[in-house]
Amino acid sequence: MAEIKEVSKKEAGTPQGAERTRPQKVYTPDVDILERKDDIVVTADLPGVDEKNLDITLEKNMLTIYGRVEADSLRMHRLAYSEYGVGDYQRTFTLSDEVDKDRIQATMKNGVLRLVLPKAEGAKTRKILVSAEAEA
Amino acid sequence: MLWTELDRMGSFIDPWRSLERLNRAAAGLVPAAAPEFPAVNVWADGDSAMVTAELPGIDPKAVDISLTGKSVTLRASRQPDDAKDGESYHRRERWYGQFSRTIDLPYVIDAAKVDARFSRGVLHLTLPRAEEEKPKKIAIKTE
Repeated sequence: MAEIKEVSKKEAGTPQGAERTRPQKVYTPDVDILERKDDIVVTADLPGVDEKNLDITLEKNMLTIYGRVEADSLRMHRLAYSEYGVGDYQRTFTLSDEVDKDRIQATMKNGVLRLVLPKAEGAKTRKILVSAEAEA
Repeated sequence: MLWTELDRMGSFIDPWRSLERLNRAAAGLVPAAAPEFPAVNVWADGDSAMVTAELPGIDPKAVDISLTGKSVTLRASRQPDDAKDGESYHRRERWYGQFSRTIDLPYVIDAAKVDARFSRGVLHLTLPRAEEEKPKKIAIKTE
């Protein structure tokens, strides 16, 4: 039987004293970050975000994902029961490796963003072979 | 005065109120519990309900929706991408596994008119009330 997984959306924070211009809730999306040999893959759950409303910015080594959600207009209906809130998504990461900014790839499928950040040539890990010297 | 009375009467027969009460009562029994995956919202108007659920990364064809009388069950699963050799996860927050979620409505659902749409990882399920279940208006004849 499937184990019960509890879910709740966490609201994203704002810098101290700052307010958002749009009076809407902003949530922190759940992400997976996988480091591979030549790239870093960021997978983020952004349900309700259209690819047109997604902003991905990389400034120095700060990666910001912002997804805007257009709320469905259900004027004829009223919310009878609610377990989750609808709002935008925002998350910022600092990347440790130098990323090749020109080759970043982003794809959206079924509300999931997949961001492939290739490592810059200089940042790729080089394996240093240790050779054993013949003992005298 | 008359209107407030009517309003009170109206809310008394409103089945959604009882659903809300039920859910509140249930919430009281399990304090501070987060909802099960997936979290659902239920929107209502007089004759139908709209259930929305956030199912990012789930293939809409793999979502199993079954109806029995007053309840609807959603079933699906999401497979993890396991790290291969030489790969490592920095973070792993996304949800994986199987889920099964049943939502009870306060009326019998008209199975033939159910509409399910899936866009951008959000499921929209329209569940109309069965025709024979709808309240009937009775005209009063005067002699």
